[in-house]
Amino acid sequence: MNRILAIVASIMLLTHFSAADWRQFRGTDQTSVSADGQIPTTFDAKTGENIAWKAPLVGKGASGPIVVGDRVFVTASSGAVTQNRLHVLAFDTASGEQVWKRDFWATGRCFHHPMSANAAPTPASDGQRIFAFYSSSDLVCLDLDGNLLWYRGLGHDYPKAGNDVGMSSSPVVVGSTVVVQVESQGDSFAAGLDVETGETRWRIQRPNAANWASPGALQTKDGKELVLLTCGKGLTAHDPLTGEQQWNYDVGCAGISSVTTKGSRIYLPANGLTVLDSEGSAPAVAWESNKVAPGNASPVVDGEKVYGLRGSVLACGKAQDGESLWEKRLKGAFWATPVVAGGHIYCVNQEGQCFVVKLDEEGQIVATNEIGESVLGSPAVAGDALYIRGEKHLIKVAKK
Amino acid sequence: MTFRWAFAIGLLLIPGGLVAWGADADLGLHLKTLQAVGPQGAGHREAAQAARAAAQAAPAQLPQILAAMDGANPIALNWLAGVAEAVAQRAPGPKAVPVQQLESFLADTKHSPRGRRLAYELIANVDQTAESRLIPKLLNDPSLELRRDAVALALANAAKAEAKEDQVVSYRAALRAARDQDQIKTASDAIKKLGGTVDLPLHYGFLQTWKIIGPFDNIDDKGWDVAYPPEETIDLKAKYAGQKGEVGWIETTTSDESGIVDLTKVLDKHKGAIAYAYAEFISDKDQEVEFRFATWNANKLWLNGELLTANHIYHANMPFDQYVGRGTLRKGKNSILLKIAQNEQTEMWAQTWSFHLRVCDAVGTAVLSQDRPSATSAAVPRTVR
Repeated sequence: MNRILAIVASIMLLTHFSAADWRQFRGTDQTSVSADGQIPTTFDAKTGENIAWKAPLVGKGASGPIVVGDRVFVTASSGAVTQNRLHVLAFDTASGEQVWKRDFWATGRCFHHPMSANAAPTPASDGQRIFAFYSSSDLVCLDLDGNLLWYRGLGHDYPKAGNDVGMSSSPVVVGSTVVVQVESQGDSFAAGLDVETGETRWRIQRPNAANWASPGALQTKDGKELVLLTCGKGLTAHDPLTGEQQWNYDVGCAGISSVTTKGSRIYLPANGLTVLDSEGSAPAVAWESNKVAPGNASPVVDGEKVYGLRGSVLACGKAQDGESLWEKRLKGAFWATPVVAGGHIYCVNQEGQCFVVKLDEEGQIVATNEIGESVLGSPAVAGDALYIRGEKHLIKVAKK
Repeated sequence: MTFRWAFAIGLLLIPGGLVAWGADADLGLHLKTLQAVGPQGAGHREAAQAARAAAQAAPAQLPQILAAMDGANPIALNWLAGVAEAVAQRAPGPKAVPVQQLESFLADTKHSPRGRRLAYELIANVDQTAESRLIPKLLNDPSLELRRDAVALALANAAKAEAKEDQVVSYRAALRAARDQDQIKTASDAIKKLGGTVDLPLHYGFLQTWKIIGPFDNIDDKGWDVAYPPEETIDLKAKYAGQKGEVGWIETTTSDESGIVDLTKVLDKHKGAIAYAYAEFISDKDQEVEFRFATWNANKLWLNGELLTANHIYHANMPFDQYVGRGTLRKGKNSILLKIAQNEQTEMWAQTWSFHLRVCDAVGTAVLSQDRPSATSAAVPRTVR
């Protein structure tokens, strides 16, 4: 009986954790929206206002944090100019204490722009494992306690994989497959690996051209999950277990911002923003718009509305038909995709300013908050906290 | 007391705790399994089980885990590193980490550079004096990471020296040891600011004198797979039909500190074009070397007619040591041939048609041709000449 109770308790605990997790780039469902987070709208990392904690980080990273249960995970890279040392760090969400750190050596090409880092892709998790991916195409799998489960040197297997200004495509977990997209003029491919063993389930050739976009996932109306891959030649949907292509849509997709899905609707950074509906087969265009087109950041979708950050202009449109609702000019250059929580959207620029815009009829800027250091990675939201990976610190924004 | 209990207590009392309580008798087998991990996921299932088991080893067994890194392939190194760090984290306290044995391991340069680096990090995690005690001795270490830390310390100490002469001497010592571009620049800039001179092409091993020929046709990238005459034979007096008329070899010597040869200055600006660069290298012995080079352009590199590397990549940056071709120099004269292909992209940033190339050993120490003219070559260590 005790054993049954323990199992039930574990499942309940896991369910609780899952609801508050932010497991990959742009969140568990990749919409960049937190359903229930209530984050302070004003904070200041310099004065400590609404900063729960601020933890120092080793090395550099353009990756964003992820949150699983009571831990927040971050990747970093360090070493000489090319940063061939790879780090995975785990922090306690409550205290900010570093729980563990693991260090590896890159096996592939490490070159990147001085502003970026080898640790550019955001890690992913299936709730039990962490998948840390790097520009050098090294993929590390650890359990939540830091035990190495497997290690793939995809850059070692395919040594010409890599763009010498740096790769940044983040992995995505679809079912029991972790999917990586490695596209460059050299070796160019997408691969699906078994989350348990790290073995390659499938690997498909991709166009030999630079691409920084991350793969997406689509849940079709019949409950099937598909992997979405975008590049300059179009959008393709693949079976996560076999990699087999299910359908394609010919359009020149953006090379940096990534595809977003909500239900069976696809928000594609192409021709501004192209919105598609898929019933499981080849999709049909619902609408196109240049008004809510994304730039470096990916489209943010909360179901009712869609947000695009292009340059320093944040635009809001109706998700149903793309009708433009409002635009707000922010300041600075943006690499991070904004996040939505508690009726506000949080937009963090490269210079380390976080603009908080109220999601009302006008899109009022309610605060401009100082982070105090450069930010490239997309923030995470878990519970009532916002986690920001700065150049030197991991910062938790929450009421104390 | 049973024999079993007496034996267990005996194990715990062994000095140094090498066979401490919790030691994994099967660790050697697990480590062999981890060493057998290969590319493309080979050996993963077995390794995953072995890693879980090996992570339960006693902290006293850390030197054994690190020793398994000797000769391991780059992927296996990471499996072993992951296990070592997990074992160290499980140590009940700093005293459980076998610092003395790890220091012995670090001191033995026969061990893998990465294993030794990890040994140092495990020591530094529990001993705050590790950096000041150990790093200064590692200025010429075969581990680039340990060497880098030692050079950083040497640079910091050089900046603190009071007398200008002492500063120059210290910066020169740091420069001789430095292999990373940023540290070389720091030392070089400081020496120059203090009135000294630095021969950077010599330090790096850049080839400065080349014979250049071109342009040959590469419209629509069609010249990439064409073996133009220099790929067949090197005749420095020959003339060939080029893209826009007859072409012949032109000698050029670059004075650029980074050894960059600007082909647009030697041959003029051409689009959809191919140039060849040829150099001879006199080696005093048969030796394995690395040809490290960088270019915005697609390229192929041959040593004595053998293709070492081909990179069909246009305008994807030009970072230092971007491409590496590994080959064996033979004693005497060697021929080095580079094919540098320019495409027809029209963007401003796609007009560069240039390269630089250096010859060095596996840690980046320059290997110089015996006929290299250099006024300062006598001042550098034998390993650099």
